[in-house]
Amino acid sequence: MIVVEDVSKHFGGFRAVDGATMQIAEGSITGLIGPNGAGKTTLFNVIAGVLKPTGGRVTMQGEDITGLPPHELFHKGLMRTFQIAHEFSSMTVRENLMMVPGGQSGEALWNTWFHRGRIAQEEAALLKKADEVLEFLTIDHLKDEKAGNLSGGQKKLLELGRTMMVDAKIVFLDEVGAGVNRTLLNTIGDAIIRLNKERGYTFVVIEHDMDFIGRLCDPVICMAEGKVLAEGTLDEIKANEQVIEAYLGTGLKNKVKEEAAG
Amino acid sequence: MDFLNALVAFSNYVLIPAVAYGSQLALGALGVTLIYGILRFSNFAHGDTMAFGTMVTILFTWWFQSMGINLGPLPTALLALPFGILGTMILVLITDRMVYRFYRKQKAAPVIFVMVSLGVMFILNGLVRFIIGPGDRRFADGERFIMTAREFKHMTGLKEGLALKTTQGITVVTAVLVVIALFWFLNRTRTGKSMRAFSDNEDLALLSGINPERVVVYTWMIVAALITIAGVLYGLDKSFKPFTYFQLLLPIFASAIVGGLGNPIGAIAGGFVIAFSEMTITYAWKKVLVYLMPESLEPSGLVQLLSTDYKFAVSFVILIIVLLFRPTGLFKGKSV
Repeated sequence: MIVVEDVSKHFGGFRAVDGATMQIAEGSITGLIGPNGAGKTTLFNVIAGVLKPTGGRVTMQGEDITGLPPHELFHKGLMRTFQIAHEFSSMTVRENLMMVPGGQSGEALWNTWFHRGRIAQEEAALLKKADEVLEFLTIDHLKDEKAGNLSGGQKKLLELGRTMMVDAKIVFLDEVGAGVNRTLLNTIGDAIIRLNKERGYTFVVIEHDMDFIGRLCDPVICMAEGKVLAEGTLDEIKANEQVIEAYLGTGLKNKVKEEAAG
Repeated sequence: MDFLNALVAFSNYVLIPAVAYGSQLALGALGVTLIYGILRFSNFAHGDTMAFGTMVTILFTWWFQSMGINLGPLPTALLALPFGILGTMILVLITDRMVYRFYRKQKAAPVIFVMVSLGVMFILNGLVRFIIGPGDRRFADGERFIMTAREFKHMTGLKEGLALKTTQGITVVTAVLVVIALFWFLNRTRTGKSMRAFSDNEDLALLSGINPERVVVYTWMIVAALITIAGVLYGLDKSFKPFTYFQLLLPIFASAIVGGLGNPIGAIAGGFVIAFSEMTITYAWKKVLVYLMPESLEPSGLVQLLSTDYKFAVSFVILIIVLLFRPTGLFKGKSV
């Protein structure tokens, strides 16, 4: 569905992403792991149009989407969440969700005066949808709270909720589980699986929690130093020497091996 | 009786002019604050855009006057105002297309935008002077007073008169209507909400499918309307002179910053804070005090704290005091 070809992003002399190539299959939940600074988030930013790549190409269903601005990608069904949850802090949780589907009639100034009926209808539909999403995510009691007052974990849920307001095709989740407790993490995991099964969303998940990755993701892609190291099931990745080295460094790797041997 | 006379004198010389001036500043500061919140830079061309809008309105007013069209007791300028707003909208949209959009594409730093707006300011400065000249222009017509000082004295039997100029009445009424319309727009319409969302968190707004160019265009259009109205009201109340409008930039910015940049309620509050401070500090209080104090204590001087020539200094002193103690302004805005 998404093909990343030899994408690189340099910041001055620093190569955050250095010739990464990967394919994301339609309907999959792909895990993206790697040590801190591996370039996972930068790659997300390049795919999602926040950063322009230094080189390489990104295609979505055969169409070149390299460097398209985020709001155009949104209309193509590509969405993402942020590592550090973003929200419209001065709006309520419900308003945050209702902000999502761009391109409403109410956005043209002309229509606010001349098509009030249609706007009211759209708003009512949005309101219903937002309430459904909040119920699905078990945070419906917070709907009138200002989003800025939510806890970190609740903001993460809100991020996920945002992707549910429209029929996304592919969703990039950046550490959706970071700073979220186990119970909430399970709720998020269930939601991801349900969205994948029932609505056919494709997910790409950056995550450090290997249990979470193991439960959800197949395949798993491991990155290090801006490059793709390995791809396969989580067990294959765990057994891969290069991956262990990237995570632990050579010295520690040998120690682990010795301990395992004797 | 003396107390009433003091109150009337105070209203006539301080309260009413300050409310009118405060409304004009508030409308101007709302424009500054919207640009700062949504486009993320301080627009130095604000005062001169205001002069341009007022100039277009004046030209239309003169044209209407020459054709004998008028609004009876109300100033003809009100009829010309929509055309002035339209002209200003076209001007700011052209400037945005030709100048600001280029820098937006480069994701230029805010300070570069500020310098660019400084350039735009000089161009507009010249443009306005080229078209209408640097001199003082009066364009107010219609009934001059809602209530004259003499009528008031006659009505109440007080020694002090209270005059209410038509332009002051119009200023306050218009400002109230415009502010209600603006807040309705920002809070109730989808366009307004996407503008707020864009101001709140630009990255997220983009990822929510909000088209940034559209938000930018609406912001400019609203700002054009706000400052043309502010400029015309100020011109009706006093007179139009390009240099005065350039100078108005200072109290307008002070208002926006004192209230909290990026916060519309702050801009309004800031406008009134600045206006009242300027008026109270530069007013000669002798007249009021004479009524209030026993004869032996009556002041012999004017009791004017600062000459009116220094009124701009007042805005700056308030600005510094507020920034020292509350860097984000009286209402929580973005820090400068």
